[in-house]
Amino acid sequence: MKNTESTAWRFFASVKLALFTLLILASTSIIGTLIPQGKPPEFYIEAFGQRTAMFFQMLDVPNMYSSWWFISLLLLFSTNLIVCTIDRLPNVWQMVVMNNLDTDPERLEKMPHRQVLQARGDTAALAEIAGGLMAKSGWKPRSENNSAGSLLFSQKNAWSRLGVYAVHLSILIIFAGAIIGIAAGFKAFVMIPEGEATDTVYDSGSGKAIPLGFSVRCDEFNVSYYDNGTPREYRSVLTVKDASSSKSFTRPIVVNDPLDFKGITFYQSSYEPIQGFHISITNKADNTRQDFRIPFGEKIPWPGTGIEFGIINQQTRSRMGDVAKIKIWFSDGQGEPSIFWLDNNATETITSPTAAYEFKARQVYATGLQVAKDPGVWTVYAGCTLMLIGLYVAFFLSHRRVWVYISKEENADRCRILICGTSNKNKIAFEKEFTALVECLTHDSTFQNA
Amino acid sequence: MNSSQLLGITTFAYLLSAILYIAIFIFRANRLGMLATLTTVGAFLINTVGIGLRWQESYQAGIGYAPLSNMYESLVFFAWAIAIFYLGLEWKYKNRILGAFSMPFAYLSMAYASFSSQFGKEIKPLIPALQSNWLIAHVITCFVGYAAFAVACGLGFMYLLKDRRTKPAPDSLLASLPELKVIDDIIHKTLVFGFLWLTAGIITGAVWANSAWGTYWSWDPKETWSLITWFVYAATLHARFTRGWGGRRIAWLSIIGFFSVIFTYYGVNFLLAGLHSYGGGG
Repeated sequence: MKNTESTAWRFFASVKLALFTLLILASTSIIGTLIPQGKPPEFYIEAFGQRTAMFFQMLDVPNMYSSWWFISLLLLFSTNLIVCTIDRLPNVWQMVVMNNLDTDPERLEKMPHRQVLQARGDTAALAEIAGGLMAKSGWKPRSENNSAGSLLFSQKNAWSRLGVYAVHLSILIIFAGAIIGIAAGFKAFVMIPEGEATDTVYDSGSGKAIPLGFSVRCDEFNVSYYDNGTPREYRSVLTVKDASSSKSFTRPIVVNDPLDFKGITFYQSSYEPIQGFHISITNKADNTRQDFRIPFGEKIPWPGTGIEFGIINQQTRSRMGDVAKIKIWFSDGQGEPSIFWLDNNATETITSPTAAYEFKARQVYATGLQVAKDPGVWTVYAGCTLMLIGLYVAFFLSHRRVWVYISKEENADRCRILICGTSNKNKIAFEKEFTALVECLTHDSTFQNA
Repeated sequence: MNSSQLLGITTFAYLLSAILYIAIFIFRANRLGMLATLTTVGAFLINTVGIGLRWQESYQAGIGYAPLSNMYESLVFFAWAIAIFYLGLEWKYKNRILGAFSMPFAYLSMAYASFSSQFGKEIKPLIPALQSNWLIAHVITCFVGYAAFAVACGLGFMYLLKDRRTKPAPDSLLASLPELKVIDDIIHKTLVFGFLWLTAGIITGAVWANSAWGTYWSWDPKETWSLITWFVYAATLHARFTRGWGGRRIAWLSIIGFFSVIFTYYGVNFLLAGLHSYGGGG
């Protein structure tokens, strides 16, 4: 039993499995970049034929990144990470906290970097001097004296051995954040016409209604253009009203600058022109103003004034039906009616024989909002941050250790001084550091090369 | 003098730089060494001024954006990143033969940017989704990583060229290449550097996607391919760290990895459709 247990354990802890999983994940991921994802079944039948399409459906290829087999691969990957960490971390932890003053002198003789010096004097006094010199060259030592000799030890970045495990942990944290987001969040969409409010959004996948618990009103939507006609900015002014806290605020949103309220975020995502116009007319003589919302092609009266107006023609900018220009018919009952073209969202002054008016017209839009609740996103970001720190530590910091062992030579009044060291990474850089340390000691007249 | 003229000069300066380094390698014309380095530094400076000027021109055109926003500009920045990465390598290892295997990539990137008709080169206003500081962070981190991977690929070729069963004669061409052990070490360090930046590039992309669309990961082809590339290099580094792979295998993996980079960068834009398609055709 013990044997089979350890076989399974060894399997899940192995680097071979990690390499295998990484390469399988890499190669299967390609499938979803070649075969369009998330299309209706008819699409696959048309593109690939009945038989292939059925085969695809069986293996969830149209939604492969959430298919049972891809999720299983990710699970295998996570299991591998966890088991490998549990398997190796205790030993590595041991390396981080171990007392290096216990190191067997025989092992010191076999260190990758060694230099032997000699000096006159007794071991404790020499240890004092050597310790001072080590500290001076950046290796503040701890020491231990015994009858056989004195051992000094210093190390740098022992904890950097944990860097790689921080990276492994960060991947698991990112997965955890993703799971939190799937379990406790949603992705939804809603279209709100200007001037209207909603307290419900619709799940992007299932279309199911999701109550928000507060209401969002679209006060205004605007799209502005560069001179060459490409859109410059989509902007919605939203008013949030929360009955439960009787809180209400208004804030504009644009793409890349969403609105966040109670963990639900509203992203400017699309828009739709609606067949209708906001009209605002100001009588400049007495500054009376009236706002209208009118359809295309109807004569509208301003009651009590004798003013009548309407939109008799329009030019659209795109197939979506965005209006670029509209043709206005306007009469206040005095003289000839005015007929003129007006840019969308522009103002024109109309003069009749007896009065002057300011006429403003703007097409009505509905704003399309992507609505997301993702309580896992900060977990994911924490995982990403940990990953970057972990990678930096794992790649660029190394655990470097140096020992100086001072022992009495037999039948002589001299001491033998062994300087040795090791680094778990970047050996070339360590060699330089080690040489510098040796030079620091030999520069002192106490120590001579053996 | 405008930015396109400067970037045109940059193309030829990188070509000259690449030719000089190759000449140093093939004809052992070591006396060209200083000239090659100066040409590269000069080309790099012209490249830098070109990017800066284009930035300024975009403000003069009333658009105002960092010139890192389309295929052309990213290629120009790619060349810039390769040049500075290589110069750092030359300075650190005091070896100019590395240039024969690195600078051609800077030239190819600039040449493709200058001579291709697949995408526009003019300064065009940014659509709303691209108006984000995360775009700048994303492009810079990705391309610094890509530049390292390009150089690692070149060094991979260098390793395979040098690694022959028979020891080269002391005066042969291959003898002038650095020791296998040294090439292997530089490849490894370059891959590690690139991997860190690629990771940062994927993360900044995810943060940007989240601030623009409310999803940090949507498995669109560009994201997926960047992850595939990440997997390839992650596997390479694991094979090296824990299974002691080195030499030819890592040299090959550095070449394979770079193919994945090229596909992520070029293939996805021009062969597959996805969110990033606006970064392409343009």
